[in-house]
Amino acid sequence: MAVTGILLVLFLIAHMLGNLKIFTGAEAFNHYAHWLRDLGTPLLAPGWYLWLQRGVLLVALLGHIAAATVLAMRARAARPVRYAHRKKVQGSYAARTMRWGGVIIGLFVIYHILDLTTGHLNPVGDPTRPQANVVADFAPERWYVTLFYTLAVVTLGFHLRHGAFSAFRSLGQQTPKGERRARSLALVFAVALTAGYLVVPFAVLIGLVR
Amino acid sequence: MNLTLRIWRQKGPEDKGRMVTYQVDDVSPDMSFLEMLDVLNERLILQGEEPIAFDHDCREGICGMCGLMINGDAHGPQRGTTACQLHMRQFSDGETIDIEPWRARAFPVIKDLVVNRNAFDRIIAAGGYITAPTGSAPEAHSTPVPKVDADAAFESAACIGCGACVAACPNGSGMLFTAAKITQLSLLPQGQPERYTRVIGMVDAHDEAGFGGCTNAGECTVVCPKGIPLDTIGRLNRDYLLATTKRGNTPGS
Repeated sequence: MAVTGILLVLFLIAHMLGNLKIFTGAEAFNHYAHWLRDLGTPLLAPGWYLWLQRGVLLVALLGHIAAATVLAMRARAARPVRYAHRKKVQGSYAARTMRWGGVIIGLFVIYHILDLTTGHLNPVGDPTRPQANVVADFAPERWYVTLFYTLAVVTLGFHLRHGAFSAFRSLGQQTPKGERRARSLALVFAVALTAGYLVVPFAVLIGLVR
Repeated sequence: MNLTLRIWRQKGPEDKGRMVTYQVDDVSPDMSFLEMLDVLNERLILQGEEPIAFDHDCREGICGMCGLMINGDAHGPQRGTTACQLHMRQFSDGETIDIEPWRARAFPVIKDLVVNRNAFDRIIAAGGYITAPTGSAPEAHSTPVPKVDADAAFESAACIGCGACVAACPNGSGMLFTAAKITQLSLLPQGQPERYTRVIGMVDAHDEAGFGGCTNAGECTVVCPKGIPLDTIGRLNRDYLLATTKRGNTPGS
C-alpha cells in the first residue's frame, strides 16, 4: 500500500502544480499541456512519455487496489461473527473511511479522465484548448460538477491524511516523536493538496479564471 | 444500582449463540465488573441455571485472562484498565450493558464469554523468546543496556496478552500484540541474534492464525489496558523490512 501510494502521491503533487499553471493565463496553461505531450523528445516520440507515465500509474493504481482488496478481505475473514454492540471506531475519521473513500476516489478518477482527458463528458471537449475545457467544466451553471469535484477532492484529502501517516509507519517510522511529526506532516500535506486542487474550480466559479 | 445485562450465551464452540437479557438488582458501585457477574452467577446457580462462563484469574489487572467486550468497548469504558479492575461506579443506575466475547476468527468462542487465545501462544512459539542457557540469573552488569532502550522494552513487556487489541481492531489484526513482543526483544542485546528470523516467524504465525492485516487505524492502543504504544508496530515493520532485505538466515549477514 505504501509503495504504490507514494507513486500515486508523487503524481498528485505534479498534477496539482500543473493545475496551478492556470493562474498564469490560458496561453501558458495550454502551452504546459502541449509540452507534456512532447516531454522526453527527441529521445521519445511525441506522446510516449505520457503513455509511459500512464503505464506506471496504472500499475501503481492496480497494485494499490489489489493490496487494499487483500486487506479488506482478510479483515472480513478475521471477524466472521460481528459484534451486536459496536462502538464507532475511536481512531480518526480518515482511518475509518479509507476503503469507501478509496472507492469514491476511484470512481471520480474514471469520470475525471472521461471529462478532462478524453473530453467525452466535457461541454467543450477540445484537446487543443485544455484551458477552455476547464473553464467550461466549472462554469457556475454546472455547479453540480464543481460539487462532485469538491467532494472527491475532500475525500482524497482524508484518504491522504491517514494514508501518508500510514505509509511512514509501514516503512518503519518507529519513535513517538517521529509519530507526532509524521501525523502533522500528513495533515499539512493533505490540507495543502486539497487546497491546491480546490482553488482551480473555485477560481473558475467566481470568475477569476475565464 | 439496578442494571439490565445483555450477555452472549453460547453452549459450546458449535452452538450458534445469542444475546440473553438478565436483570441484576442491588449492585454496589464498589463491586468490580467481574464481581457483579459473580453475583449474577450465584443467583443463576441457585435457580438451577447454567452460570455464565467468563475468563478470569488474578483479578489484579496483571494476568491477561479476563477480557470482555462491554458496550462495544474492549475491557469497558475506562482506559488503561482490565475488565477485572473496572468498577461498577463507571456505570449508572438503570443502564443496559451489552457483554460480548472477543470476536475474531483466531479466537473461537469456547463457551459464553470464554475464547480460545491459543493463537497468541502460536505467535510466541514462532519467535517470541530468546535462546539462552537457563539456570541462575547472569550478573546484570555484564550486559549493559542503554536506559532509554530498557525503558521502551519494559513498556512493551507490560503486554499481558489479553487480546483486547484484536477485539477492538476493525481488521481483527493481532499486530499490536506481535509488535509489543518484537519490540521488547529487539531493543535488548539478548534479543539480537534471533532478531530477523523472529520477526518473519512471528508475522507468519500471526497471518496463519487468521488475524487480519494492520492498517494503522490505532484502535488497539486506545483500548490496551497496558497502554502499549502504536509505534511498536513501526518497530515491527522496520525489523520486517530489514529481515526481508538482509535475509536473516544467511550466514554472516
